[in-house]
Amino acid sequence: MSTLQVSVYRYNPETDSAPYMQEFQVDTKGRDLMVLDVLHLTKEQDSSMAYRRSCREGVCGSDGMNMNGKNGLACITPLSEVVKNNKLVLRPLPGLPVIRDLVVDMGIFYKQYERIQPYLQNDTPAPAIERLQSPEERDKLDGLYECILCACCSTACPSFWWNPDKFVGPAGLLQSYRFLADSRDEATQARLADLEDPFSVFRCRGIMNCVSVCPKGLNPTRAIGKIREMLLANAT
Amino acid sequence: MSNMRSLSFDAIIIGGGGSGLRAALELAKSGKKTAVLSKVFPTRSHTVSAQGGITCAIASADPNDDWRWHMYDTVKGGDYIADQDAAEYMCSEGPKAVFELEHMGLPFSRFDNGRIYQRPFGGQSKNFGEGGQAARTCAAADRTGHALLHTLYQNNLKNNTTFLNEWYAVDLVKNANGDVVGCIALDIETGEVVHVKSKATVLATGGAGRIYASTTNALINTGDGIGMALRAGFPMQDMEMWQFHPTGIYGAGTLVTEGCRGEGGYLVNKDGERFMERYAPNAKDLAGRDVVARSMVMEILEGRGCGEKGDHVFLKLDHLGEEVLGKRLPGIVELSKTFAHADPAKEPIPVVPTCHYMMGGIPTNVHGQAIMQDADGNDQIVNGLFACGEAACVSVHGANRLGGNSLLDLVVFGRAAGMFIEGALNEGIDYLDASESDVDAAMKRMSRWNESSGGESVPELKAELQDIMQNAFGVFRQEDNMQEGVKKLADLRERIANAHLGDKSNAFNTARVEALELDNLMEVAEATAISALERKESRGAHSRYDYPDRDDVNWLKHSLYFPADKRLGKRDVNFTPKTVDTFEPKVRTY
Repeated sequence: MSTLQVSVYRYNPETDSAPYMQEFQVDTKGRDLMVLDVLHLTKEQDSSMAYRRSCREGVCGSDGMNMNGKNGLACITPLSEVVKNNKLVLRPLPGLPVIRDLVVDMGIFYKQYERIQPYLQNDTPAPAIERLQSPEERDKLDGLYECILCACCSTACPSFWWNPDKFVGPAGLLQSYRFLADSRDEATQARLADLEDPFSVFRCRGIMNCVSVCPKGLNPTRAIGKIREMLLANAT
Repeated sequence: MSNMRSLSFDAIIIGGGGSGLRAALELAKSGKKTAVLSKVFPTRSHTVSAQGGITCAIASADPNDDWRWHMYDTVKGGDYIADQDAAEYMCSEGPKAVFELEHMGLPFSRFDNGRIYQRPFGGQSKNFGEGGQAARTCAAADRTGHALLHTLYQNNLKNNTTFLNEWYAVDLVKNANGDVVGCIALDIETGEVVHVKSKATVLATGGAGRIYASTTNALINTGDGIGMALRAGFPMQDMEMWQFHPTGIYGAGTLVTEGCRGEGGYLVNKDGERFMERYAPNAKDLAGRDVVARSMVMEILEGRGCGEKGDHVFLKLDHLGEEVLGKRLPGIVELSKTFAHADPAKEPIPVVPTCHYMMGGIPTNVHGQAIMQDADGNDQIVNGLFACGEAACVSVHGANRLGGNSLLDLVVFGRAAGMFIEGALNEGIDYLDASESDVDAAMKRMSRWNESSGGESVPELKAELQDIMQNAFGVFRQEDNMQEGVKKLADLRERIANAHLGDKSNAFNTARVEALELDNLMEVAEATAISALERKESRGAHSRYDYPDRDDVNWLKHSLYFPADKRLGKRDVNFTPKTVDTFEPKVRTY
């Protein structure tokens, strides 16, 4: 059985009054292709299909999408991991406006990223060489800096669906903690003050969808827990 | 096209990868009206895929390290057609540029003393090749490109750079004097076509590895800047020089960093023999990439390849232990499991030389100014046009780039272009405006696709182009094969000129972008093919069966490809660095 039944979410704002699912039969020749390869094959059948892709190896974060109900990166998800009963259903990431087909408007996601001031802040004049950091201090950034901004986590998060404008979301908070945890960053107090409200951090209900979908194996819930601890320690 | 909207900037940077973002950062800090125009959100650019590190003599692993040793390695690695003034600039300015990245927040790995971690990479030496292997590549685990690109994007956010994300540059706009005064661009989300006017236009569009069927490059690496510059009539330098990375994952093409061999991994053939000991007795697996790639192909051709078809070799890492793999090469462990179904802690990774990097490109000086030749063969600056990063040929890489030198090239020359443009803007730049017919000329090919009503499809033509390049312009080359390839490309050019864009819609039409990219692949492929056919010697990455030796009498030169008459000329290599003695060409052994 090498013909896969693929069902893809289609919507072109210029011609479609409503989205619909388009059916494709894709001959996989028995190979365990990546979902992105399958998308290329469907695009050969219908060139009007739109999706984002770039590195095709799971580091650029372009092709986050919903595959048989679960968010992930199409380029590093083999069919054997998601296909059930020979059927693959592809939808855009949930919770964001659709521009066309599988392409979503990531504006609000990026806005939450920018909101946490995702850059090192250190006003002490820099030395002539690098700032020193011990391997132990540097280890604290592992599991944080590797984020690829694919939005799989935030768009799987019910709290983000509900308050995308007020809750920073797992991706933004993971990056917030990446700078809070950096021994070279001096803006800890300002960063915490900016998050000190009922929504920015505390809308996280520990559902942990973010952890279960992160294609890089990162753990935003743990980072959010650390920020909560810092906020609470600050308050007492 | 009088109803077209226009935008005006002091400087427009086309491309949001490492070099573009570094140039943008410099200009944003200066307060100039600058925008980065990128066909993908910047952190999706191919710089993100760089793994092993950024090579630079910051004297961390070895307190006595010297940028002059790095310069020597770079010139030797480039088989002596790197410009020595440019290599000197890159290697001496490098430490400053790397420390700046660290100050911006790049999460480099560290030594116990708190300094930046450096690992050995191929072609590195101490004391001008006399002092043994150096460890000069600064790393953030094996995700250095990702860390670098995100850091640069973050600092552009900090400095309020204007971004035109998911905009595609179609063609350069030239005024009546031939100065570059902006470009035509497509807002991919809406389909709107905009005339972007600019006093300085920087092509930071990266490489074009997608001209080959098998490449480590991202799907977006279609040589858009090279295509635009060639269509505008500007020459390309050293386009025959393509690097085949020794370790692309067999079948998938994804990159496995040279850092694996830097950390102690090595290649074996089907007999389990560490064959690089025969080809490069001193440097072994850390010889230049061209040397290692050729050695691998020789093993395969002589029947010592691995697997059922004997068409690849193995990269052995299991002896490094899980701790080193987890700490220094975590991304490789992931990639290998995903794309080779091999856990490197237990079994070797199947690898094969895979197209990786374009040493050639738009000839520039160290300020990023694009260069053409006047009628007498003298260098002449192209007004308004700049290039940096992989799209440019400064040339610091010559005929073969050393591992870790591309990230250094990006930041050093992105920064240099930014600084130069700032100065030039301060002095005042005043070029003639483009006329309506100048703008129409830049709209020509976009209109062609939009008006196409039938013909062959883009994906089929692209696949054919990639096969031609793969078969005739790979690791080893020869006259008759290349003649045939050039002929096939000429035929393909005709067919692409009559190809069909089926989807004419406006909103996020990726079929239109892919059609426009195909034109650029065609330009790059033809420039590569003709340059490769005409360079009748073997040097660096350009290896010919029919001319197996380096010919310094005739070819210690850059090649210069002129698109108007598809002719290959020559340009002198710079042998006069400012502060060190010239490195005279020697026989290149590792």
